[in-house]
Amino acid sequence: MKNRIWLWAPLALFAFFAGLAGYMLTQEKDQFVESTMIGQPLPDFALDPAFEGLPGAAKADFVGGQPRLLNIWASWCLPCIAEAPQLEALQAQGVEIVGIAIRDRPEDVASFLARHGNPYTRIGSDRISEVQLAIGSSGVPETFVIDAKGVIRYQHIGDIRAEDVPVLLAELEKAR
Amino acid sequence: MIRAGFALVLVVLAVLLPRPLAAQDSMPPAPYAYNQLEDPRLEAEAAALMQTLRCLKCQSQSIADSDAPMAGDMRHQVRSRILAGESPEAIRAWLIARYGDYVSYEPTVSATTWPLFAIPVLVIAIVAGVLLRRLGKRRNDAGEAA
Repeated sequence: MKNRIWLWAPLALFAFFAGLAGYMLTQEKDQFVESTMIGQPLPDFALDPAFEGLPGAAKADFVGGQPRLLNIWASWCLPCIAEAPQLEALQAQGVEIVGIAIRDRPEDVASFLARHGNPYTRIGSDRISEVQLAIGSSGVPETFVIDAKGVIRYQHIGDIRAEDVPVLLAELEKAR
Repeated sequence: MIRAGFALVLVVLAVLLPRPLAAQDSMPPAPYAYNQLEDPRLEAEAAALMQTLRCLKCQSQSIADSDAPMAGDMRHQVRSRILAGESPEAIRAWLIARYGDYVSYEPTVSATTWPLFAIPVLVIAIVAGVLLRRLGKRRNDAGEAA
């Protein structure tokens, strides 16, 4: 008789897993793959200019001076249009923003900047996402804080919203 | 007539609606995204590795299965690194250093994955224990009855 109660154990276990599955279904899924390169130096790279108006970007451009933002974007990326005003706000605060344009054409980069503003000092052209993969970025747009030694200090995934601007400014200050 | 015109406008709108979904680049793929390596032995190595790497844009597909531009760029990395003489496990380690265990479909024992390996061993041990006890008991019972 005492052992009878153990007969219910498998059903209880099943109920537990069913409940767990049901609970997890209601939880928001984190779609973001975070870079595990935070705290690591930038890999060596040297990218050609993404269009005629600005120089290209290399690792050496991040060494010395103040911490900078590295913005991974593309002219074909819609959220990049949404974050353009925030990048300009950051630039207005004196932040240097280096862009890397992913799988992009010079004429498309130029027309995007003409339409949505140009907050960049340099833009490198990453035609086959090689620098993007080398820094652990998994999409556009993404923004990295790089300190004056060229070390990756912070990653922002997705478009920068107005409320993210102070966060990025604080991370830039921390990276000083 | 007016109704037909209205319907036509609706149809045209419906056709235009999905346009933002096409927010992808129009660049040609990277050289080794869709082209195999010439050496069949190297291509086999690359293909086996690509089956076990996760596409970052389409997270339930391997980069071998995915048509996302980024998966193509990852295949290019795999093939060009294999061609340069890197071992498949070195390439996997290179990606794990950037994206964590998540990028690999072949789990290795680590601080977060050890239960994956420990639980089956534990379950088999418990089952073996229970079976031994039960069968041993039955044999004893049979021995007493005889």
